[in-house]
Amino acid sequence: MAEYETHEYDVLVIGAGGAGLRAGIEAAELGLRTAIVCKSLLGKAHTVMAEGGIAAALGNVYPEDNWQVHFRDTMRGGKMLNNWRMAQLHAQEAPDRVRELEEWGSLFDRTDDGRILQRDFGGHRFARLAHVGDRTGLEMIRTLQQKLVSLGVDVFAEYTVNRLLKDGDRVSGALGYRRQSGELVLFRAKSVVLATGGLGKIWSITSNSWEGTGDGHALAMYAGADMIDMECVQFHPTGMVWPPSVRGLLITEGVRGDGGTLRNNTGERFMFNYVPPMFAAETADTEAEADAWYENHEGNRRTPDLLPRDEVARAINSEVRAGRGSPHGGVYLDIASRRNADYIKRRLPSMYHQFMELAGVDITKESMEVGPTCHYAMGGVRVDAETGATNVPGLFAAGEVAGGMHGSNRLGGNSLSDLVVFGRRAGVGASEYAQSLEAMPAVDDAASSEAAARVLAPYDGSGRENAYTLHKDLQDLMQAKVGIIRTESDMLAAIEGIDELRERSQHVGVEGGREYNPGWHLALDLEHMLTVAETITRAALERKESRGGHTREDFPGTNAEFGKVNVVGRRAPDGTITVTQEPLPEMPAELQRLFEED
Amino acid sequence: MAQATSALERRYGDTQRTDRWWLEPLLVGSGLALFILYSTVSAVLGEHWAFETERHLYLSPFFEPLIHPGWLPAWLSPAAFILWAPLGFRTTCYYYRRAYYRAYFLSPPACAVREPASSYKGESVFPLVLQNAHRWFMYVAVLFVPVLWIGAVKSYHLPGEGFGIGLGSLMLTINAFLLMMFTIGCHALRHWVAGGLNQFSRSPFRRLRRRVWEVFTIANEHHKLWAWTSLIFVGVTDLYIHLVATGVITDPHTWSGPI
Amino acid sequence: MPTAHLRVWRGDNDGEYVEYDVDYEEGMVVLDVVHRLQATQAGDLAVRWNCKAGKCGSCSAEINGKPQLQCMQRMEQYAGGETITIAPLKAFPLIRDLVTDVAWNYAKAKTIPTLKLTPPDADGNRRMAQIDMDRGQEFRKCIECFICQDVCHVIRDHPDNMDDFAGPRFFIRLAEIAMHPLDTNAKRDTVQHGFGLDYCNITKCCTDVCPEGIHITDNAIIPLKERRVDEFHDPLRALARKLTGKG
Repeated sequence: MAEYETHEYDVLVIGAGGAGLRAGIEAAELGLRTAIVCKSLLGKAHTVMAEGGIAAALGNVYPEDNWQVHFRDTMRGGKMLNNWRMAQLHAQEAPDRVRELEEWGSLFDRTDDGRILQRDFGGHRFARLAHVGDRTGLEMIRTLQQKLVSLGVDVFAEYTVNRLLKDGDRVSGALGYRRQSGELVLFRAKSVVLATGGLGKIWSITSNSWEGTGDGHALAMYAGADMIDMECVQFHPTGMVWPPSVRGLLITEGVRGDGGTLRNNTGERFMFNYVPPMFAAETADTEAEADAWYENHEGNRRTPDLLPRDEVARAINSEVRAGRGSPHGGVYLDIASRRNADYIKRRLPSMYHQFMELAGVDITKESMEVGPTCHYAMGGVRVDAETGATNVPGLFAAGEVAGGMHGSNRLGGNSLSDLVVFGRRAGVGASEYAQSLEAMPAVDDAASSEAAARVLAPYDGSGRENAYTLHKDLQDLMQAKVGIIRTESDMLAAIEGIDELRERSQHVGVEGGREYNPGWHLALDLEHMLTVAETITRAALERKESRGGHTREDFPGTNAEFGKVNVVGRRAPDGTITVTQEPLPEMPAELQRLFEED
Repeated sequence: MAQATSALERRYGDTQRTDRWWLEPLLVGSGLALFILYSTVSAVLGEHWAFETERHLYLSPFFEPLIHPGWLPAWLSPAAFILWAPLGFRTTCYYYRRAYYRAYFLSPPACAVREPASSYKGESVFPLVLQNAHRWFMYVAVLFVPVLWIGAVKSYHLPGEGFGIGLGSLMLTINAFLLMMFTIGCHALRHWVAGGLNQFSRSPFRRLRRRVWEVFTIANEHHKLWAWTSLIFVGVTDLYIHLVATGVITDPHTWSGPI
Repeated sequence: MPTAHLRVWRGDNDGEYVEYDVDYEEGMVVLDVVHRLQATQAGDLAVRWNCKAGKCGSCSAEINGKPQLQCMQRMEQYAGGETITIAPLKAFPLIRDLVTDVAWNYAKAKTIPTLKLTPPDADGNRRMAQIDMDRGQEFRKCIECFICQDVCHVIRDHPDNMDDFAGPRFFIRLAEIAMHPLDTNAKRDTVQHGFGLDYCNITKCCTDVCPEGIHITDNAIIPLKERRVDEFHDPLRALARKLTGKG
């Protein structure tokens, strides 16, 4: 064991996005020896890509907003598949977390009387998103990063964890490598917080960065944790579709929140044709009412452009399939004809910049071409709502890697608030657990040696397969077979395809040395991606209904029976992945009452 | 610290830039040299600094306001009382500093082009620490703005006749305007009016200062433009008045009438 | 399909430029071409990146000698046949290929004073007017690509200044703190200490290269220098202090 660089901490946080940073801050403030490990440099995590805002019922713009309304919006957006307790805690605590960010240095946009301004977003009844133009994620990660640094937390940037280590049932540390040198590193820790973010990189059209390879989901599964609702993947309705190099890049929902509208190639505002019964009562049915709603929410119903993301993504998909799409296979998002240039540049500066620089499109003069892009995993590690604890003792999870909070579909703006609410809670949970242990748990030499051998395996010299090609093949497979619209036959073919890819991945070869070698690192990530892809596909086969981010062509409607269960995925030590249906936690009567008007 | 030695430019001027990065410092350096040369010659040799006819009184901006005591030796031009102020103001100006540090000090000649000096402490040590005197010069320069406007207005006055517009009066007016724009775009003045405040919203007076700051900021964003136009124009105006004074050209008189 | 002629730094300090021909498609940026090179001809090519949208500031490099983000440079701008030289940032120690060790920046971040705001109002909110924050908001657009740090001649050409000099990225951070409407703790230190601000000779390369278009020099460095002038070099203020007996 002494052959590796070894570090010891009370709390080890894996991932330095919003959730990981917030967990690290909490553990450090509670006085625990804390470290954060992240795949990239500090401050580069995917949280920086979040644009529109952080949802919190501050009531600054609409005083009638409160946590109950936010809770109800979240549950309805998730098609009631959410863990009700997580949704409740989230709605109750988000305002304090936002004020805390401000205290640590965030400069949110302001109302006229100097309070935090809030903007409209899809699925939120009131203007609720605290924001900074369209770069709220950057503001949040920078604030948390600066707070963390001021607390003196140790940060291991450009380190990648490949396996969690256990002492019997409980977690005792992690083994990984340092990207810059290729050296193996062993972390011993009393508790581990997974905050590794998402898994979008298993699809070819995605808003996710290279890091989103589902590492945390896979690490949790290897360690024996339960996963829930992995089939629920959000395809954000508005990604860029052209030029090819930016395909999938996110366009904030804030464009629609600030007045933008979707049109097909005949110029029709087609969202009026796709209002589902669940939202019909509160959605405008004329363009005049929809436009008036932006100015005054009282007496006008909201525009269908701001239906929850799953509805909008499906609508765009249908328009394109019906031949009413744009030249590059998307639809048009028009703000140019609806708001003046100054307003657009002030409210959406990075969108303006992104289109100008990358597509040569001036969004103050022309429409954007948009289409769905894989964006977010609602499913993830099953956690205890209060503490973020998983079923593996000592292992905690928060943020995108954790499941339950968002049900089958996440509302825009609920992710940033999720990160800080549950990042903090996992920080507390992991700290209390660590304090409850008398001694540092042991690390099993055999297990760590096995993990080390696995990390170095691509160098054994026998492989001919190219990791980049395998990755691309997996992305194309998932895009074609387990995309927005799914059927059983496609998904069965995907399972076969994944098996083939797994076989090929045994023969991946690596060129070059161990210093900062992306080819080697991708080869290691492939195992995680294949594990996650299989789990998602098996879960998607199991859920024989359409709900939120999971749409089955062969089972187009929701099914009340499936509305009562989580699909739980598990990996056996031999690698077999199984899925089962298990009942959802039951919501108490006083909360159920909030939905009675439906 | 270890450097990417083989990849790094090591000697002065080494760069991988493929564009004409040397053009800007060359133009700036030549332009400034030309002005320095002209203004020195003009101030030292220029005895015809004022042009008075029965009609207009033109005073070259190099001499405004005119201070010409009897004890002043003939070899010393009255410009000596004046020129130190704009000279000091411009020399310590943040834009001109950028311009001549690049063009003359080659520190650096252009971005990502290696500079020649082996050691560098910037404005933290003597003599460049004296650049902090920009605040002092700013206070003086601000006084020049009304003085130049007054000079320009006076040039429209035709003694005994009333009011008239000559080409020279127009030039003095434009000169006063350009100098005003250069001055209100000054970083030090912009800071002085409100830049040091952290809470603009606390009182109506502070809000007013913020409004002024916003206006000055607009001028400040084009400080380079005002720096060059005002520099060129003050030279051109001085030259014009010389030429009229020495009878090389006649001042075209466009319009006049009683006040 | 057009072909790009690339000259890419390979290896560590003892490395060399290696030439590659890579096919590319319309609308691609330099980083796409580098990725294609990686996927097809140089699997171990080290390049740092995350978002590929100009938002994370990871893929900084020097393209034809200019410090830039690889993800924001479209291929159209390189006329047919032109060789594109891609080098790592030169102000920082090289790790391998296009990746440098930017740890110095993170070490500097640890030296920045911490904000401490006035207590919130009775309703739990803090009130700050938009006009009191918009200067700070400009600085918070920073994506920490460290291109300004790389291009700054104070450290690029004189690494011995690295100990005393925080660099443009942290000057905008310090300016943000100094201008924060509610901070009670950090701003005085920020102005007094200076963090090597006087080394800056405002030649403005940081502003020229900033991919976020932040007016680093005009809106942060010079205002900070002016705040220091307020403290140390202003004759009227010195007189006023003397007369009122303050300071």
